[in-house]
Amino acid sequence: MGSRASTLLREEEIEEIKKETGFSHSQITRLYSRFTSLDKGENGTLSREDFQRIPELAINPLGDRIINAFFPEGEDQVNFRGFMRTLAHFRPIEDNEKNKDPIASEPLNSRSNKLLFAFRLYDLDRDDKISRDELLQVLRMMVGVNISDEQLGSIADRTIQEADQNGDNSISFNEFIKVLEKVDVEQKMSIRFLH
Amino acid sequence: MEDLWSIAVVLLQVWFSVMIGFIMIPAMFGLSLGVTSVYIQILVKILEVTVRKLDEKAYLQTQYLFPRPQKKIIVDLHKGEFALSDSFYFYIKGLESIVDDQVTQRFSSEELVSWNLLTRTNHNFHYISLRLTIIWGLGVIIRYCVLFPLRITLAIIGLTWLVIGTTLVGFLPNKRLKNWLSELVHLMCYRICARGLSATIQYHNKENKPQKGGICVANHTSPIDIVILANDGCYAMVGQSHGGLMGVIQRSMVRSCPHVWFERSEMRDRNAVTSRLRAHVAAKTNLPILIFPEGTCINNTSVMMFKKGSFEIGGTIYPVAIKYDPRFGDAFWNSAKYNMVNYLLRMMTSWAIVVNVWYLPPMTRREGEDAAQFANRVKSAIAHQGGLLDMAWDGSLKRAKVKEEFKEQQQKMYSSMVMGKKGRNSQEPHTETTRRQ
Repeated sequence: MGSRASTLLREEEIEEIKKETGFSHSQITRLYSRFTSLDKGENGTLSREDFQRIPELAINPLGDRIINAFFPEGEDQVNFRGFMRTLAHFRPIEDNEKNKDPIASEPLNSRSNKLLFAFRLYDLDRDDKISRDELLQVLRMMVGVNISDEQLGSIADRTIQEADQNGDNSISFNEFIKVLEKVDVEQKMSIRFLH
Repeated sequence: MEDLWSIAVVLLQVWFSVMIGFIMIPAMFGLSLGVTSVYIQILVKILEVTVRKLDEKAYLQTQYLFPRPQKKIIVDLHKGEFALSDSFYFYIKGLESIVDDQVTQRFSSEELVSWNLLTRTNHNFHYISLRLTIIWGLGVIIRYCVLFPLRITLAIIGLTWLVIGTTLVGFLPNKRLKNWLSELVHLMCYRICARGLSATIQYHNKENKPQKGGICVANHTSPIDIVILANDGCYAMVGQSHGGLMGVIQRSMVRSCPHVWFERSEMRDRNAVTSRLRAHVAAKTNLPILIFPEGTCINNTSVMMFKKGSFEIGGTIYPVAIKYDPRFGDAFWNSAKYNMVNYLLRMMTSWAIVVNVWYLPPMTRREGEDAAQFANRVKSAIAHQGGLLDMAWDGSLKRAKVKEEFKEQQQKMYSSMVMGKKGRNSQEPHTETTRRQ
């Protein structure tokens, strides 16, 4: 008779996710409902195809990168915990005032964790450096066929020149942070979730 | 003991036949005893009482996860040069669409604000109270044991009569008599079928009803749309010829008045389809064609892109907006989840089908307007009248992937920002309405 996902979220799981990500109870249940509606195979995990079925994501030039960010190294499925962990990076920062836990490690949505997330979207090979090639890759995804190789190359060169401080012709995480010092990361890397 | 049993059986049969008679005979003549409207009113009262008992929180949970501000791309991106933070804009847009998007929700049933005592709609509302559960239990008994057998019988009678009636009429040679009788038979059968779903249909603006030689265009939610519209007038159906039971019905219908059934191979040839429809429309005495330009069932909260093929035929278009009331039953056919039989069973065990049908004033293509623009104009009119969201996304996204050109549009837009050419300072290339055209 048309039942939804048979595995409802247990209270203990909700509490754990709450501690780990900082989302509220109602946000978690709502996101769980979204998770299950995306999960067409109804097996409790999402695959890359499940994400690509969202038209607005499929037309996003960086859509593939974003989808990749959800999947841990080498895996093809992401469960609800992993889904929430990735989304937690985009919680607004000021919400942390409510969940002040002095012993807890830095929350997932702190400024530096947000920047680390963005850094990793550029740095595909995880060598903690954004090389010229990696930067070019992302640039190419964003502009498509509308800009020539030479022009794109000079844009990449200029960007690296401005950011690079130790002369290794690539951008390390610290250099990345320095360049984005003046940028309002809280606003640009946050989604306002309704309570 | 045995006597009692046989008496009970006989009584049951008598009661059953009387009920059928009471429902069928007025239906055949288009009259109503008013029983259904009383039933609906009682139902509304009961639902209102139970609604008040529900949690406020449950209601809040059905809202969107976040408000959707119109983010101005100018604020987020540098003009004229690339910055490392430019990619953030795309990340945020991507994540927002993962959390909630406008399109995929159209292909599953609408979520209700409050529960309507049907198990199938109970997603967010878990166990609330004992009283509610008892009422729900009663509801189940009534729906499955009382209403369902009645409805199935009516549906079977209606369809059988359709097949027999149209075949009989097909034997008549006289054109005028044949047409008149054919219309009568069709109307009667559809009315019986409508009763078989406990459908209450309210028609508005009947003066705009589709005329002969025109094309009737409506938004599509379920196969029942045909029954709903055909209760008030006769249409020439358009569709694929099926085998089996559907095929029998289709072939007998064609005997009494011309419908347009296509073979599967013919459907692919767009020109052949268009010319056949054009020929049908050109004969001004033919019944108006009924077409659903969305091409697939949408969940009745929005109207998706109209395929322009129907608008290239010419002739006058009569738009019709159909809106189901979701409180009484979910009419949307999720063909990925349920097959036809399953779907009909669900329909027959809902409370009722309550529909509003608006006939809109006829439209024709203007000078200098191409088929796609005309289609959009009609779509907006229907969406506006029915209180539905007017979306430019294609309904075939239910099954197919989105076209690459939309992504290329985004890339083009970003490129022009980065190169800073032409000084597009005040333009907002990413408004919600123009984005997907």
